[in-house]
Amino acid sequence: MSVHTLTVDGEEVAVPAGATLLDAVRAAGAELPTLCHLDGLTPVGACRLCLVELEGSGKLQPACATAAGEGMAVLTQTPQLQAYRRMAVELFFAEGTHVCAFCVANGNCELQDVAVAVGMDHSRFPYQYPQRRVDASHPHFAIDHHRCILCTRCVRVCDEIEGAHVWDVANRGRECTIITGLDEPWGEVQACTSCGKCVDACPTGAIFRKDDTTAEKQTHRERPQLLRDAREKHQWQNQ
Amino acid sequence: MQLRCCGASGCRSAGAEALRTALLSARDQLGGAAEAVSIKSVGCLRLCGRGPLVALDRPEPSGAEPACRTELYAELRPEQAADLLARATGRGDALAAQRLDSDHPFFALQKSVVLEGCGVVDPESIDDALSHGTYAQLRRVLLDVSPEQVREQVKRSGLRGRGGAGYPTGLKWDTVALQPPGPRYVVCNADEGDPGAFMDRSVLESDPHRLIEGLAIAAYAVGADQGFVYVRAEYPLAVERLRLALRQARSKGLLGAGIAGSGFHLRLEVRVGAGAYVCGEETALLASIQGQRGTPRPRPPFPAQAGLWGAPTLINNVETLASIPVILRQGGDWYAAIGTEGSKGTKVFALSGAVQRTGLVEVPMGTTLRTVVQTIGGGVPGGEGPDGGVKAVQTGGPSGGCIPAHLLDTPVDYESLRALGSMMGSGGLVVMGDSTSMPEVARHFMRFSVNESCGKCVPCRAGTVQLAQMLDRFVERRASLVDLERLEELCRMVGATSLCGLGQAAPNPVLSTLRYFRQEYQAACRDPVQCEPLDACLLKEGTR
Amino acid sequence: MIAPLSAPPSAPSRADLPPEADLPAEAVERTSRLIRQHGSRSDALIEVLHQVQELYGYLPPGALAQVARELKLPLAQVFGVASFYHLFRLGAPTAHRCAVCLGTACFVKGGGELAARLERRLGLRLDDAAGNGTWALEHVSCLGACGQAPVLVVDGHLEPRLPVDDPAALDALLGALGLSANDASDAGTDARADGSGTGAR
Repeated sequence: MSVHTLTVDGEEVAVPAGATLLDAVRAAGAELPTLCHLDGLTPVGACRLCLVELEGSGKLQPACATAAGEGMAVLTQTPQLQAYRRMAVELFFAEGTHVCAFCVANGNCELQDVAVAVGMDHSRFPYQYPQRRVDASHPHFAIDHHRCILCTRCVRVCDEIEGAHVWDVANRGRECTIITGLDEPWGEVQACTSCGKCVDACPTGAIFRKDDTTAEKQTHRERPQLLRDAREKHQWQNQ
Repeated sequence: MQLRCCGASGCRSAGAEALRTALLSARDQLGGAAEAVSIKSVGCLRLCGRGPLVALDRPEPSGAEPACRTELYAELRPEQAADLLARATGRGDALAAQRLDSDHPFFALQKSVVLEGCGVVDPESIDDALSHGTYAQLRRVLLDVSPEQVREQVKRSGLRGRGGAGYPTGLKWDTVALQPPGPRYVVCNADEGDPGAFMDRSVLESDPHRLIEGLAIAAYAVGADQGFVYVRAEYPLAVERLRLALRQARSKGLLGAGIAGSGFHLRLEVRVGAGAYVCGEETALLASIQGQRGTPRPRPPFPAQAGLWGAPTLINNVETLASIPVILRQGGDWYAAIGTEGSKGTKVFALSGAVQRTGLVEVPMGTTLRTVVQTIGGGVPGGEGPDGGVKAVQTGGPSGGCIPAHLLDTPVDYESLRALGSMMGSGGLVVMGDSTSMPEVARHFMRFSVNESCGKCVPCRAGTVQLAQMLDRFVERRASLVDLERLEELCRMVGATSLCGLGQAAPNPVLSTLRYFRQEYQAACRDPVQCEPLDACLLKEGTR
Repeated sequence: MIAPLSAPPSAPSRADLPPEADLPAEAVERTSRLIRQHGSRSDALIEVLHQVQELYGYLPPGALAQVARELKLPLAQVFGVASFYHLFRLGAPTAHRCAVCLGTACFVKGGGELAARLERRLGLRLDDAAGNGTWALEHVSCLGACGQAPVLVVDGHLEPRLPVDDPAALDALLGALGLSANDASDAGTDARADGSGTGAR
């Protein structure tokens, strides 16, 4: 297997061909915030938090969706990148309605973690308080769209891992919303196998188990990768 | 004698169809000499603002030079049909007041390359197109020229993509052609969505066979045997004429299997959009052709490497492809001799807004904005002063910027416009007069971007909403200095971090108006006393 | 602000019925036929949706379900595509529709005032699909008719060069086009019988 050598913030790393810049950053022991990325799912490069600068070009590229190349010099923590990341997190908080204190995912929320990581304690942009829906028609699960950040991890895990494609994104721009079936109540969509992978994949408290109340959400974000490895590489957890 | 009636959308909306019907029935009624007048439906005759337009070709007595004189009439009404026919047969001159001066700069300064056949050929007749030489270059290259030689001519021409970004066309063709063997696609991007741009619509409605010829040559040059023309649904006449032209081309053996007796096959299909500006972005366009939501994806890989169904895909815009047959006929060097060092050839502009003469203008690259807006366009109606009442010229649509009147002597080419914080864009030039408020213009474009954002990435989806709300405060004169600082900061962030060109360019209208009309933003702050004495540069320094 | 987490009153599940049960049989048959004409290829989804919308005037849920089944696509994906593109309508349209162009050329020539005037005149809100029950007013971003700015599209017919600077003439013209809140029922029929673009000059 061929190997690419590159530097991450000056640190030299070698990654197998086909690895992403995110793999390289992790190999270098550096940390990058991510939200739309989940190991085991096709990257989409939508949340823009893992943007890195390629030295020389000045262009910003999403580490999750960019192939690592020989000789690249990757910068992950320039002051500019840090400022942009903070603003992106502010935009996420301002466009939905996120009240950590009452949230089922409090303490186990990637949006919250990212806010802490980039040092954001309030948004300088006015909160939009959108009028969104709550769908609790499913017997076990519910979705509160106010907490949805449109990362599409639920869409991808359901399509790529479970193979049911219950979810998709409807509308566009700020009207974008995650839907089930033909925008039907989740509980009425026949395709749903109630497997709960969407709950595990959701980075926030948007999709949750009805049994859970404030700060009780448990997630298993490693599962998509485990399932993919089992399916493709025939490597199971107990081996 | 021949009457060429403009039947493109602009003149149609001004009553061109009723006029043509009246001409046909007047000819029947008059009989005699009038029967010798042929009445032909053609495409755009350029001066769209004064339609319906009709061109009259009158042969001169034998031996005279030129052999044929052309007169152009504007704003014709159906009841004037008989008068026009009388003029055509040499009796009477009742319409002298509506005759346009063909030596006027609006016509005299134009150089037709892409628009060569616009207003000349009948867009619904392939026979007429053939008689004007369309498809001759396709036949020639298929039989006598190798794909490498075709690409060589395109590279020599220096042609750059006319969709806005200006990527060298020959280089793009090479990239696709040199991918590993396998299927390839060609795509014509006819999703012209910039508000204020109607060049591509005019080509599609006026000379669709030229586009098909250009696309077929491109397919041959890169080794593709299947292609799509993606047209926006807002252009129904263009879609109809393009579909008709494709059927005609297939029936003449100019598309399909073994074209013109060669071994080259090409299947072309029309795909109609459904109202999404973002589909003008290459990767979104490809998603839409495949029947998906028109959301862009990160590049690389570029479409030239992995496009439709993962295969190498060449995407060119309408004007780019329509230039190809002329380049091959005249040679790349001929084309490269037109225009400037970095921007070769001609560019078609759609001139509109607060300007006397609105319409379609094709000029060599490097022509100054002043020539286009003042000499050709006539400036703002009733406008005074050296700049003819022009306050700013907007180029590049929602991705471009507003160029102030004092920079009107800028030559129009890719680099000069970019240096001014605007861009060539697809070619819409909207003139703004003194009464136009620049924060309002900026908000207009930002609202457009809010509406057209696909919603995939957060800077564009949520950032444009915040920017539009900040601009509301400036338009309503309740902004503060902090808003000004935050506006610039967020503009930079949205521009640098958005996933695709739509979001990356969305702040341009704000940044360019801030650059040239900052005082209008400052005057909109709640406490103008606090802002006005501050120099723009000082303000910037202080907020860092 | 957060809604109570109770299930909505349970409606009879649509899933038990054949989705096209509430659609005319002829339209269902024609939909099947046109899908076959596209070779049942999933990449023809947008083309198919255009044609289905021509059939019904909009995209009813039953028709979307039929399209999904016959193109072998997930329901959510079909809805995602149908709702992405602004020219697709997911609800039954009003009897008459008017589009006001807010492209840059129209904006410079008073398209915004024209939209505001129409909102008042028709008693409705811009881009509200329900309109006033008879008329709906939507904005379009550019029709490429910039030479004729400002323009309107009234029931599919382009009206050029609206005299925004002359309120009396504008009112008379809008009235002639049937754009009034009161007598909207006979709107837009006789006004354009001459087909010559009444708005010119």
